[in-house]
Amino acid sequence: MSRVSRPFTPKVVTANDLLEGDVIYLTEDDTWTRRLASAEVIEDEAHAQLRLLHAERQPAVAVGPYLADVSMGPNGPEPTHFREDFRRTGPSNYHHGKQEVSTHV
Amino acid sequence: MYKYSEFDDAFLAQRNAQFRAQVERRIAGNLTEDEFKPLRLMNGLYLQLHAYMLRVAIPYGTLNSVQMRQLALLAQKWDKGYGHFTTRQNIQYNWPKLRDVPDMLDSLAEVGMHAIQTSGNTIRNVTADHFAGAAADEYLDPRPYAELVRQWSTDHPEYQFLGRKFKVAVSGSTHDRAVIRAHDIGLQVVEKDGRTGFTVLVGGGLGRTPMIGKVIREFLPEHDLLPYLEAVLSVYNTFGRRDNKYKARIKILVHETGIDEIRARVEERFVETRAEFSDAAMDVLAEIREHFAAPAFSRRSLAPFESAYTNDPVFRSWVDTNIAEHKADGHAIVTISLKAPGATPGDATAAQMRLMADLAEAYSHDELRISHEQNVILPHVHKADLPAIHAALKDGGLATANIGLISDIIACPGMDYCALATARSIPIAQEIATRFDELKLEHDIGELKIKISGCINACGHHHVAHIGILGLDRAGVENYQITLGGEADENAAIGTRTGPGFSADEIVPAIERIVDAYLTLRKGPAETFLQTYKRLGMDPFKAALYEEAKADAA
Ligand code: HEM
Ligand code: SF4
Repeated sequence: MSRVSRPFTPKVVTANDLLEGDVIYLTEDDTWTRRLASAEVIEDEAHAQLRLLHAERQPAVAVGPYLADVSMGPNGPEPTHFREDFRRTGPSNYHHGKQEVSTHV
Repeated sequence: MYKYSEFDDAFLAQRNAQFRAQVERRIAGNLTEDEFKPLRLMNGLYLQLHAYMLRVAIPYGTLNSVQMRQLALLAQKWDKGYGHFTTRQNIQYNWPKLRDVPDMLDSLAEVGMHAIQTSGNTIRNVTADHFAGAAADEYLDPRPYAELVRQWSTDHPEYQFLGRKFKVAVSGSTHDRAVIRAHDIGLQVVEKDGRTGFTVLVGGGLGRTPMIGKVIREFLPEHDLLPYLEAVLSVYNTFGRRDNKYKARIKILVHETGIDEIRARVEERFVETRAEFSDAAMDVLAEIREHFAAPAFSRRSLAPFESAYTNDPVFRSWVDTNIAEHKADGHAIVTISLKAPGATPGDATAAQMRLMADLAEAYSHDELRISHEQNVILPHVHKADLPAIHAALKDGGLATANIGLISDIIACPGMDYCALATARSIPIAQEIATRFDELKLEHDIGELKIKISGCINACGHHHVAHIGILGLDRAGVENYQITLGGEADENAAIGTRTGPGFSADEIVPAIERIVDAYLTLRKGPAETFLQTYKRLGMDPFKAALYEEAKADAA
C-alpha cells in the first residue's frame, strides 16, 4: 500500500489580536499585519510548523494562532474558504470591522 | 422590580475588581491565554471572529429604564453604537476592546447588572415568560421563583463546573412563551387543590440532539423548589456523562436512562436534600415577592385609544399585531419589534434603547422586557397612551407591525460574528424579511415563525420553528437546510427536515415556494401555516419545494 501524502497548499499564520480582538496575520519580517494581502505566504509544511510555533510564542500579541489556507491571486494571498473571507473583511450586516478602514489603508 | 442588596453589590464589586486584575495580568504577560480564557468566559467575555464579545445577562428578561439607558451608554461608549438582544434574554456587545471590559463591567454593576454565568458549564441566566406579571392568561408571576433560583445558583460552589451548561426557564401561564420545553429544566407555575407549585420538566434542549423536555414531577409544592432542583442537579452531576461534550447535557442522561429511572433517582435524592434545606428560602421568596408587586394600574378613559384606532389605519395595524392582552382593565402589553425589514434581528441602537427607556419610564411603570424572540416589551401600558407611544416609536424607526409574522425572524449571529458558525444567518433573515415586505403578503400569511441558526448548536431555535433554517458548510459553500412543523410553545415539537439544503442564493425563493404552497393549500385565511402543515403533512410542501425547483431549472 502506498502512502499518498496530500500536496501542501499555501498557508498564512493568522490569529486574533490580544488587545483589540481583531484578525491579524504574520508577516515575513516577524511583525503582525491587519491585512491578509501583506501576510507571509508559506509554501511548505516544515516552514509552516516553524512559523506557527513562532506565533505561539507571542501570547502577548496573538490569541489562538493557526494556519489558514490561501491561494495566490494578482494582489497577493486570497482566502480559499468563506470563513477566512469574512475574517479578512468584517460582518456582512454592517460596514464594520476591517472593511470600515480598508478604504483608506 | 428586584433590587440588589448590599451583599450582592459587594460581591459584584469584588468580582469585577478580580477580573480587572486578571485582565491586567493577561496583558502584562503573567497569565497565558489557556489560563485566562476560563476566567474571561466566567465573566461573559468571548473572543469571536472579528473581536471580543461581551454577553450581559438580563435576568428573566426584566429591565428598568435606568438599566436600559446604561446598556445604551455601553453601546455608545465602548461599542459601535448598538447592542444585540439574544434568544437567551442577554444583550451582546460585538466590539469591545479587552482593556475596556473591566470599565464596562463596573458600569453595569452601577445598575445591578453583570455578565456572570452567561457562559461556561454553570447554571445560566434564568429566563422567563417575557409577559410575566402582565399577561391576561397568567396564573402567577413566575419571576420571583426565577430570582430565587438565580440567588441560589449564582456562585454556587457545587455548580461552577457542571458536566455542561444548564439552562432553567420559568412560566406562569399554560400558554408557554418561554420555550420551557427546550430547557434543561422547565418550570411551569400551577395551582392544585388551592396550593401553588410547579409542573417540572427536565431534559429539553436544542443543539445537535434536540429534545423536548419531559414531565418529571406533575406537581411540586412551592416550598420544595430549591431542594428539588438541588436533587436534579445532584443526580445530573453524579450520573451525567463527562466523556463526551456532545453527550454531556442532562437531556442525554434523561434520554439514555429513561425518565422513570431519572425520576426515581431524583426522588430518592430529594428525600435527603429536603431534610437538609431550611425554610429560610421561603422567607427570602416572600421578600423577593415584594419587589415584584404589581404596579398600581390607573383607571382612565379609553377615548384617545378608540379614536386613534378608528381613524388611523397604520396605528390600527400596529395594535392588531403588536399588542397583547393585559391582566388589568384598560391596559395592554406592547411588543416593540426589533425586526424592521432589512434590519438585523435583535439589534437596537443606543438612541433606540434610550427611546424605549423613556417610553418605559413615562408609560410602562418603568419596566421593559426582552423576549427570547429578540424583541423589547413595554409590559404595563394604559391603552390611552398607545397613540403617543406609537408616534414616538415611529419617529425612532421602531413601529414595525410584524409580531408573530413571517418577518419577525429569530436569527443567531451566525458567521457574521460567531467563531463556531458554519454559515451566515443574519443576511438570510434580512433577505426573507425584505422579500415578504415587498410582496406585501405578510399580514395575509398570518402567524408564521421562522428561526435561523448558523450552525448545529441551534442558538437560533431553528428546531422549534414553523419554518426552521440551519446554515451549514457543504464543501466550502454555505448551504441551508429547511425543517417544517416545529413548535416552541406548550405543544413543543421538533421540526422535520424537508430534504437536501439550498445555497444562499436559492434559500429565499425556496421559502417563498413553501409559503406559496401554504397560501394555495390552506382552507381559508383563518387556517395558519402550522395548522395546514399538520393537516396535510410534509408531502405537498416537499413537492412545492423540490419539484418546482426542478421545473425551474429545466
Ligand atoms: C459566542 C457565541 C456563541 C457561542 C460560542 C455559543 C455556543 C453554543 C453551543 C456550543 C451550544 C450547544 C450546546 C449543547 O448542545 O450542549 C449553544 C446552544 C444554544 N445557544 Fe449559543 N452560542 C453563542 C451565541 C448564542 C446567541 C447569540 C444566542 C442567543 C441568540 C445563543 C443561545 C443559545 C440557545 C438558545 C441554545 C440552544 C439551547 C440549548 O442549550 O440546548 N447562543 N450555544
Ligand atoms: S447557532 Fe452556531 S453560529 Fe449561531 S450563534 Fe450558536 S454557535 Fe454561533
